[in-house]
Amino acid sequence: MYFVGIDVGASTTKSVIIDENKEILGYAINNSGADFEAAAESVFKKSQEKAKKRVADKSCVIATGYGRRNVKFANQIKTEISCHAKGSFFYFSQAHTLIDIGGQDSKIIRVDDSGKRRSFKMNRKCAAGTGAFLEEIANRLKIKMEKLNELAARSEKDIQIGAYCTVFTATEILTKIREGVKVPDLVRGIFGSVIKRALEMDPLEGDIVMTGGVVAYNPFLVSMFEKKLERKIYVPPLPQITGAFGAALYALEAKGGRNA
Amino acid sequence: MNEEKKPAIKKIQATGHMRKIMADYFYEMDRASKEGSPKIAWCTSVGPAELLLSLGFLVHYPENHGAMLGSTRTANDYIPVANAIGYSPDICSYLTSDVGAFIKKETPLSRAYEGIEGVPKPDVLVYNTNQCRDVQDWFSWYSRELNVPALGISTYRNIGEITKEHLDSIVHQMKALIPRLEEISGNKFDIDRFREVVTVSKECTVLWKKVLETNTATPAPMSFFDGTIHMGPAVVLRGSSQAVEYYQVLLKELEERVANNEGAVEGEKFRLYWEGMPIWGKLRALAELFINLKTAVIASTYCNSWIFESFDPDDPFMTMAKAYTEIFIVRNEDFKEKYIEEMVDKYKIDGILFHDAKTCPNNSNNRYGMPERLEKKLGIPALTINGDLNDLRCYSEEQAQTNIEAFVEQLEAK
Repeated sequence: MYFVGIDVGASTTKSVIIDENKEILGYAINNSGADFEAAAESVFKKSQEKAKKRVADKSCVIATGYGRRNVKFANQIKTEISCHAKGSFFYFSQAHTLIDIGGQDSKIIRVDDSGKRRSFKMNRKCAAGTGAFLEEIANRLKIKMEKLNELAARSEKDIQIGAYCTVFTATEILTKIREGVKVPDLVRGIFGSVIKRALEMDPLEGDIVMTGGVVAYNPFLVSMFEKKLERKIYVPPLPQITGAFGAALYALEAKGGRNA
Repeated sequence: MNEEKKPAIKKIQATGHMRKIMADYFYEMDRASKEGSPKIAWCTSVGPAELLLSLGFLVHYPENHGAMLGSTRTANDYIPVANAIGYSPDICSYLTSDVGAFIKKETPLSRAYEGIEGVPKPDVLVYNTNQCRDVQDWFSWYSRELNVPALGISTYRNIGEITKEHLDSIVHQMKALIPRLEEISGNKFDIDRFREVVTVSKECTVLWKKVLETNTATPAPMSFFDGTIHMGPAVVLRGSSQAVEYYQVLLKELEERVANNEGAVEGEKFRLYWEGMPIWGKLRALAELFINLKTAVIASTYCNSWIFESFDPDDPFMTMAKAYTEIFIVRNEDFKEKYIEEMVDKYKIDGILFHDAKTCPNNSNNRYGMPERLEKKLGIPALTINGDLNDLRCYSEEQAQTNIEAFVEQLEAK
C-alpha cells in the first residue's frame, strides 16, 4: 500500500508517495499556477510516474497547503503547519524549532521531543522575507531565481537592507544601485533581510531546522543564518517537500500504519 | 471528499425580540431627530449614558453605528473617504468608516429600517476617553462639522489599583458637565431621576452578566459571535426597561439550553477565549469555521466590557465613575493578565485567541508579550490573529483560517 501527501503551496505544488516503511518512492514539484486542482492532479501523476507505481486507493491521500481544499481526490486535509512539523520531526527526532520559508509565508514551529507541536507563528499579512520577496527583488534586478545563490556566495561585503516591506525594499535597492553597490552584495543583502525577518518572529531557541523552497535552492542563505546564530542549522534532504512528506506520513498513520 | 459542509448556526429564538426593541430604539431616535425633540446626545459606548438619559436625552452611540458598518461589510466603502480628508488608515476604523459614511450621506440604518434617511442629528456630543483618544478625535470632527458642542471626560489609563483620587476626578468631571447639559436639554438635573436610571442600568448589567455566565456550562449555550450581536441592547438600551425585559427572555432561553445540554457548537471539543475586538465583517464566517472544527469560542473580554457591577443608586456619581474606570481596557497589563487568568479558569478554557486589530491598539492586547506570558503561566496555547474590527483590508481570510485550523490541530494532538 502507498501513501500520498499533496502540498498545494502559494508558489509550487508538491506530491510525495511513500510506502509503509516511510520510504519515499517518488515525488514531484510543479508550479501551482492559477488552477490548484489541475496543479494537484498533474503533480500527483508525475510523482506516480517517478515512483513507477500507480496509487489506486484515494483513501490514503492527504492534502495540505494553501490550496488543500482544492485537491478533490484527497481523503483528508491538514494544515501545512502540522504537516511541516511532522515531516521535520521524521528527520530530526528531538525537540527543535522549525523555520519554513515558503513562497508566500514563513512559519516558525516549535516541536517537543515527542514530535508534538508546542507553538507556531506565521508571518503577518505581508510577504516580506518569503520566496515571493526574493522573486520580486530578483525580477527588479533582472536576475534568474536560480542564480541568486551563486551570486550571494560571491559577495564579500555585508550590506544592510530593510525587511519590513517588499515594495519599500525594492525602492531601497534602487538607492543602493545608485550608490554603486554590486549585484552580488545586493543579493547577499536581501538574503540577510530574509534572515532578519525570521529573527523578528521568534527567539529561535534550541536546535534549528530549516525547510522550504527558499532553503532548497539557496543553501548559502542557510550558511549565512548559521553564522548569524553561531550554531548549526539542520536541513532535511529534500527541504522543499517537507510539508508533502509530512502529509504522506499522516496518511500512513490514518491507515493504521506505525506511528509516524 | 474533503468538501466542508456548510454548518448551521443555531438560531437564538430571542433574536426576534431583540430586533424589535432595536428597531423601536432607532425609530424613536429618528422621530426625535426629525421633530427636534427630545434632544439627542451622542455618547461613546462606555460614556456617561445614565447621566444623559436622566436629563431626558435620547442617546445615539456612534460605536454601535461603526459596528453596523463593519458587520454589513460596508466600512471599506467609507474608510477611504475619511483617509482622503486626512484621517489615517492606521487610526480607529470605527472612526474612519463612520466619518466616511457621514460624508457620503449613507448609513446602514436606512437599509435596515425603512424611512430612516440618516443618523440622528446630535444636539451634544459626549465622550469618555476611558477606551481611547480616538473617540475624542471622532466626536471633535462632528463638533466642527455640525457646530455642536463636544463635551467629555478624560479618564486615567493603564491603571492598576483604582484610587479615590482617580474616581474623585471623574466625579468632578461628570458634575461639571451638568450645567451645559441642562442648558442643551432644557431640563433640570434631578438626582432621583438619575438614581432611577442607574438602578435600571444596573438591572440590565446584572442580567447581561448572567447571560454570559451561562457559558460556564459544558457545552456552552452561546458563542462569542452570538454574544457580540446580543450585547446590542446592553450597549444602546441600558437604562431602559426594554433591555431588562429582553435579557430576562434571553437568559431563560439560554438556561433552557443548558438544562437540555444543548451547546452552540454541536459536539463541543474545545473551548476558546477571544481577546480583543470582534472582526465585524467576518462574524458569520468565523462562527461557521469554529462550528466545523467543533470548537466553541465562549468567553471574551469584549462582551464582558459592558458589565458595570459597581453601579449603586445610593451613590450614583461615585459608583458610575468606578464602573466606567474599572473596565478592562482602562487597566494595566498585570490587571489584564490576572483577569484573563480568572476567565480561563472560570470558563474551563483550552486556548486563547488574541485578535490583533490593526487600527485598534488599545484593544489589541497581544502587542506587549501577553500571549507568551499567559502561555507560560497557564500552560495553554495562545494564537494571534491579524485583522481589524472594520477594515477588512487588514484581514487575510486564508491566513486566519490556516492559523485557526492549525491551532485546533495542535489542541487535538495535545
